[in-house]
Amino acid sequence: MSLEDLYREVILDHYRTPRNRGHLDAPDAKAQGVNPLCGDDITIELEFDGDHVAAVAIDGQGCSISLSSASMMSEAIKGKSRAEIEDLTSKFRGLMSLDDGTDPGIDPDRPGAALGDLEALQGVRQYPVRIKCASLAWNVLGEALEE
Amino acid sequence: MIDLSHLKADFPVLGDGVHFLDSGASSQKPIPVLEAMDRFARTSYANVHRGAYQLSVASTDAFEAARNRVAEFIGATDSREVIFTRGATTALNTVAFGWGLEHLAPGDRILSTEMEHHANLVPWQMVAKRTGANLDHIPVSDDYRLDLDSYRQKLGPDVKLVTLTGMSNVLGTMPPVRQIADLAHAIGARVVVDAAQLVPHAPINVVDLGADFVAFSAHKMLGPTGIGVLWGKMEALQETEPFEFGGEMISDVTLQDASWAEIPHRFEAGTPPIIEAVGLHAAIDYLDSIGMDKIFEHDRELTEIALERLGDVPGLSIQGPPNTVDRGGVLSMTLDEVHAHDLATILDEQGVSVRSGHHCARPLMRKLGVAATARASFYVYNTEEDIDALVLGLRRAGELFGVGR
Repeated sequence: MSLEDLYREVILDHYRTPRNRGHLDAPDAKAQGVNPLCGDDITIELEFDGDHVAAVAIDGQGCSISLSSASMMSEAIKGKSRAEIEDLTSKFRGLMSLDDGTDPGIDPDRPGAALGDLEALQGVRQYPVRIKCASLAWNVLGEALEE
Repeated sequence: MIDLSHLKADFPVLGDGVHFLDSGASSQKPIPVLEAMDRFARTSYANVHRGAYQLSVASTDAFEAARNRVAEFIGATDSREVIFTRGATTALNTVAFGWGLEHLAPGDRILSTEMEHHANLVPWQMVAKRTGANLDHIPVSDDYRLDLDSYRQKLGPDVKLVTLTGMSNVLGTMPPVRQIADLAHAIGARVVVDAAQLVPHAPINVVDLGADFVAFSAHKMLGPTGIGVLWGKMEALQETEPFEFGGEMISDVTLQDASWAEIPHRFEAGTPPIIEAVGLHAAIDYLDSIGMDKIFEHDRELTEIALERLGDVPGLSIQGPPNTVDRGGVLSMTLDEVHAHDLATILDEQGVSVRSGHHCARPLMRKLGVAATARASFYVYNTEEDIDALVLGLRRAGELFGVGR
């Protein structure tokens, strides 16, 4: 395991150029979460079209892992249904909890299953203290969806 | 250059390639401290003060010898002024709730600073809420020091207590405590010093320091966790109520009432940290065998070298005084857009341990305009090689994140 495996180019790219950054005019759901240990702070706003996420906006500050995870997540959930997002979330949690270095077994044919860029975050699981960084945005997303 | 590199062998955890730069959070323990605690637990341990048997007498003697040793170390004229607590946090809470609740009234003012650790801020917030007193703060100026002009302006007859750090755990700044205390005393205010960073790193004499209460922890000065000290001037302790209640701290108890034991025991409810007191005693012996003057100078030299070499790292900023005048060996850093946690992870890969985050000083971080910093702090076992490893790791982080690209 090297630092290059943790800080892959796609992660640094999302950190430097976060996607869907900012706020929505009239969000249907909104949640904020902090990691009190490190001060990372993420706000997520969602706009729905029926059951599907029509727009998403992310605001806040944090380290490269938490902000890139939030940015990639925002790309991944756009246009997805609630069920698809739940599926994606459990896939992501699976990715974070694997510690044997095996392939997370993502089936690209299943709806909402492909983690895409997010798979770049699998290096994080070698750094247990950083898993909470990667998971913050997903916890906040879960809260926003419960609204 | 003071060479203390021979000490490293006394610290089993500091093997090859371990660059421990987080002593500001907690220090490592040398073999003499570990052995003293082990020996005491094997040969002389029992509960203190109440036993009529030999082991308890031996244990009580060791516990009280530790109190005397602390008193000698900090220049206290009376060892009854040394109260053992669980740590600096409990010591500060003892003053806040034991003194503050008794002596503060609506409209009174508590004067603190913008560079306090949460341990010397949050207790006063609570006491202010409960008593109706106001909490005010001496600002930190652009040079990372306390704004003394503002302090003088803030001093007024409503100020009943001034509380400040002896050395900032974020900036390294050492405020002029004596000057601040004298001004406070001139208007009849009590003075509290959070010396958690100061006592481990600088020679201290509580009488010369000029404060009424001084708090510190053993675990930051080569001693064990679980024990700290509140020193109080006898007259200040006499006007302080106990903060915790129970066994050991009473003189007599009826079903409805109780009277307090003598000072210091009235402030030490419950079974105290006995083995830890023996450890603290040994830690002080160890520190004194090096010499606190030498330790301070060693920290200062390392800080000077670090300030110079870190200045060459592209994108690096230091939050703290850029020189070693009235400054301890604590260096808070940010590296361009690289977050402190990423810095800490990358430095860890080089064997360098630094703290990252807000360092329990969120109001100060807001003032500095940073969400988090990476902090390196030095102690007796650190060497120039640790600084080289730090600089190398920071350069690596800069390359990885494309700083200056």
